[in-house]
Amino acid sequence: MRYLPLTADDRPHMLASIGAGDIDDLFVDVPADKLLGEPLNLPDHQSEMAIERHMSALAAQNHAAGSGPSFLGAGAYRHHVPATVKHLMSRGEFLTAYTPYQPEISQGTLQVLFEFQTQVARLTGMEVANASMYDGSTACGEAVLMARRITKNKKVILSGNLHPHYADVVETVTRYMDDDVIRLPAAPEGGLPDVEIIDDLSCVVIQNPDVFGHVHDLAPLAEKLHEAGALLIVVVTEAVSLGAIRSPGEMGADIVVVEGQSIGNSMNFGGPYLGLFATRLRYVRQMPGRLCGETVDSDGQRGFVLTLSTREQHIRREKATSNICTNSGLCALAFSIHLSLLGETGLRQLASINHARAVHLAEKLEAVEGVSVVNESLFNELTLRVPSDAAGLVQRLADQNILAGVPASRLFGEGTGVDDLILLAATETNTEEDIDQLCDALQEALS
Amino acid sequence: MMNRQGRPSQAAENTSRTTGPTSTGHKALDLSEPLIFEQDRPGQTGVDFEDVPLSRSRLGGLDRDQSIGLPGLTESQVVRHYTRLSRKNYAIDMGMFPLGSCTMKHNPRLNEAMAGLPGFADIHPLQPTSTIQGALAVMDQLGDWLIELTGMPGVSLAPKAGAHGELCGLMTIRAALEARGDARSRVLVPESAHGTNPATAALCGYKVDSIPANDEGRVDLEALKEKLDDDVAAIMLTNPNTCGLFERDIVEIAELTHAAGAFFYCDGANFNAIVGKVRPGDLGIDAMHINLHKTFSTPHGGGGPGSGPVTFSEALVPYAPGPFVKQAGDALTLDEGFEPEAIGRMAAFHGQMGMFIRALTYMLSHGGDGLKQVAEDAVLNANYILSSLQDVMSPSFAGPCMHEALFDDKFLKDTGVSTLDFSKALIDEGFHPMTMYFPLVVQGAMLIEPTETESRESLDEFIHALRHLAQSASSGKSNSFVAAPQYAPVTRLDETQAARKPVLSYQPPEVDAAE
Amino acid sequence: MSDIRYSEEHEWIRVDGDVGTVGISDYAQGALGDVVFVEMPEVGTNLDQNAEVGVIESVKAASEIYTPVSGEVVAVNDAVDGDPSLVNTDPLGEGWLFQVKLSNADELDGLANQEAYDKFLEGLD
Repeated sequence: MRYLPLTADDRPHMLASIGAGDIDDLFVDVPADKLLGEPLNLPDHQSEMAIERHMSALAAQNHAAGSGPSFLGAGAYRHHVPATVKHLMSRGEFLTAYTPYQPEISQGTLQVLFEFQTQVARLTGMEVANASMYDGSTACGEAVLMARRITKNKKVILSGNLHPHYADVVETVTRYMDDDVIRLPAAPEGGLPDVEIIDDLSCVVIQNPDVFGHVHDLAPLAEKLHEAGALLIVVVTEAVSLGAIRSPGEMGADIVVVEGQSIGNSMNFGGPYLGLFATRLRYVRQMPGRLCGETVDSDGQRGFVLTLSTREQHIRREKATSNICTNSGLCALAFSIHLSLLGETGLRQLASINHARAVHLAEKLEAVEGVSVVNESLFNELTLRVPSDAAGLVQRLADQNILAGVPASRLFGEGTGVDDLILLAATETNTEEDIDQLCDALQEALS
Repeated sequence: MMNRQGRPSQAAENTSRTTGPTSTGHKALDLSEPLIFEQDRPGQTGVDFEDVPLSRSRLGGLDRDQSIGLPGLTESQVVRHYTRLSRKNYAIDMGMFPLGSCTMKHNPRLNEAMAGLPGFADIHPLQPTSTIQGALAVMDQLGDWLIELTGMPGVSLAPKAGAHGELCGLMTIRAALEARGDARSRVLVPESAHGTNPATAALCGYKVDSIPANDEGRVDLEALKEKLDDDVAAIMLTNPNTCGLFERDIVEIAELTHAAGAFFYCDGANFNAIVGKVRPGDLGIDAMHINLHKTFSTPHGGGGPGSGPVTFSEALVPYAPGPFVKQAGDALTLDEGFEPEAIGRMAAFHGQMGMFIRALTYMLSHGGDGLKQVAEDAVLNANYILSSLQDVMSPSFAGPCMHEALFDDKFLKDTGVSTLDFSKALIDEGFHPMTMYFPLVVQGAMLIEPTETESRESLDEFIHALRHLAQSASSGKSNSFVAAPQYAPVTRLDETQAARKPVLSYQPPEVDAAE
Repeated sequence: MSDIRYSEEHEWIRVDGDVGTVGISDYAQGALGDVVFVEMPEVGTNLDQNAEVGVIESVKAASEIYTPVSGEVVAVNDAVDGDPSLVNTDPLGEGWLFQVKLSNADELDGLANQEAYDKFLEGLD
């Protein structure tokens, strides 16, 4: 078998050198009746060719977003990833490397992490960033727990326009802590929630641009919260938006969490994704996740190491800031490579193109009878109001190989007042033809 | 001022080039490489775009007008940068990683090829389910394999990593207890446990109570019996345990736990030792996370991403979180509703699909027969190493081990060489060091896990290197150990300085001077 | 100034009037390795004897600091905050951690003197 190098000669020889007669002698501690006597009900091994056939057939049952017009966003985005990115991140020295606990032979990974942390801090307008978390939603949950550690307060307010999956995750992760999570109602028309400063307020979590696509100035809210001793947590689900919109750091955010998938990573049906996490330097010891720092070796040569490890589970155990043990290493590498290729100029250009496409989409949609665009402001996502049953409409278009967007009811639940709304995104991968096809199909479906 | 490592704690003048034997700082194929921020050409970019005119800005006046601070490089600069950096890494593709508890096995490229198919990579998680039936089939098949391999009826694919799976499992247990009106406050965790175990218990609001190990490296059954009362919600064990030993009393431990009304959580990090040979469900385990990046060969990627699906016993199934793939007539559907008594959403969307594809590809490659061989070869390889070194190193426990062999630093007593020094010398010999100082139950632990993908030749070379180092240490050559590694791209790094004066992002030199 | 006294958790205390100065012992700093950060109790906090009041971090470990006596925290050593290496180089002097106004001087009787502590250390190996 191609992944098992021991041969029929090796095994008996090795058993003999150990002094064992049979392999099951080495399983002597397993209770005899628990050692499987019968083979499991599973197929036998197969050749690479046979597996390619099996998996390709499964892949063929999926409609790849790029094979037709596709306008899906709501937390995952279709962007063009340059060929260089995949090529570089697939190098075995990156792909099959371990966590850099032995820094002398991991300077590749470590320097990438240091550069990544710097890129994330600058992108978010914050002072320090970690080496990544699982994804934006779990990073959001960790941010809420961190705010509690800093403020010692227990009340958490979640904006109604925060991606519902993210709000769900916050509720799950605080379920057995004694935080009190207040979830505001959704406001598809936009506008910032009028946050009441209550006693014992730890933090407010706002998404910008929000799940309906609206763009907000968060500075006044940040000021109000700081006066009350509470923290502002800003969530960004579309990392490319940071190339066009004022950064959360500039607006006064205390913790910023971003879904980084848009840069360097395919949509992959929802994972693995990339949680970016950034905060103020004075909160660094409360920040979860891995951190890479600069230092020198014994010859005075610059090098990088994982540092401030006493925050983490392998040292602090039950007193750790989090139980997290991995980061999203490979996805962070892809992000970093893509961002290195883009640079400041390229990222701004990319963001500008995304915005231009979305603005054009909005204009074309406005011309379709029976629907209206809810948004005044937007970056690359918008909300479309349709006569009724957005989900049914989206399904009819999907049957014609047009992925028209995400029905808001898919995220918020049916019968919650958003059954007539579709969330659409436009990126640099959408063409004018895509937009025309969508509008024509919509018009047709509604007549 | 000096620190323990005998080096100045003040920042030396930071150099991106060595002041070494060459004018460039390069040493033949070991090419020194500055940071991207040190190569910035403002306005430079490595990507081309077609122009798309903007009719009017709708950003609400919130345009980003301050500079972001991202450097500009060309495409070929970027290729050189990351290629050079990659060459400073050790990797499985290059050589053995004998890291106990990590299962650093070969990462097949077939897995990568399948995960990269557009039909898998270019699908959005919120596409209508009629358009992603193949994706749902992958999740369904992976779930079935995990159920069959563990002998446990329920599975949640949601957790994004092993530690996330632990959280999922333990929260599910708490939900089950609260549903029967029996909230309890403690979780029992062995002293030898991985740090994620107590950290996870704390996140569930539980107090952690430690169980000692006996002289044979296994859970002290008498101590466990004393601690098991009706205030214990769960025990969290790893089996085989972190000393590489199968818990002989595991069936009795499970029975005692259940009799006390508690649940049995198993950390599945060491599943590679028993996959296809033993089913955790048969042992009485109620919840177990599986590290797809360990047992099922998905790549470690320099630290992640992982994937930690959890299998459940019948009693816990109602409380486990989805989303779940279900049959609806002829088609598959995704149930994204969370039952009121279940613990709720663990993460956005549906799990680490990219890792599911890789793991399923691997499972299909090995088949049930191959996976059993995996466990047998993994255990054989570890025992071969144990028996080949027991005369020159100090195994911590007698008898055969499972897939990993634990040594302590007794054999280094009075040599002036520590476990750390010994490991750094192994780097010069061309190997990534074994796991050091874990588990905490022995002094100066060295935990060696070769996995089944090392050939006999590779093991013999490793054994040869360790024998040589052990003999070197005992014959008083401590200097070469303390100076190790000498042949890596950098020598030992000042971790004290890194922690005392953290520099966590690039600071241009002018900023340093101002401090 | 009283004689130095030690707790089982390797903290020392010297009392002047009703104010005790607390630090960690030479043995403790050696076991920890290079100290990189100390989390101190806040001035004004009231402590109970043996309560956990802070944490000392080295690169590879974190150790809780327990107060050997009850009382109110009246000072913390800012010098250690700026330069944690003081705990390694001068643990019984410049590397002191905090000062407590004793609320119950009798508690000192339960602590070990130098001779008893040294004996305790011998027993540890």
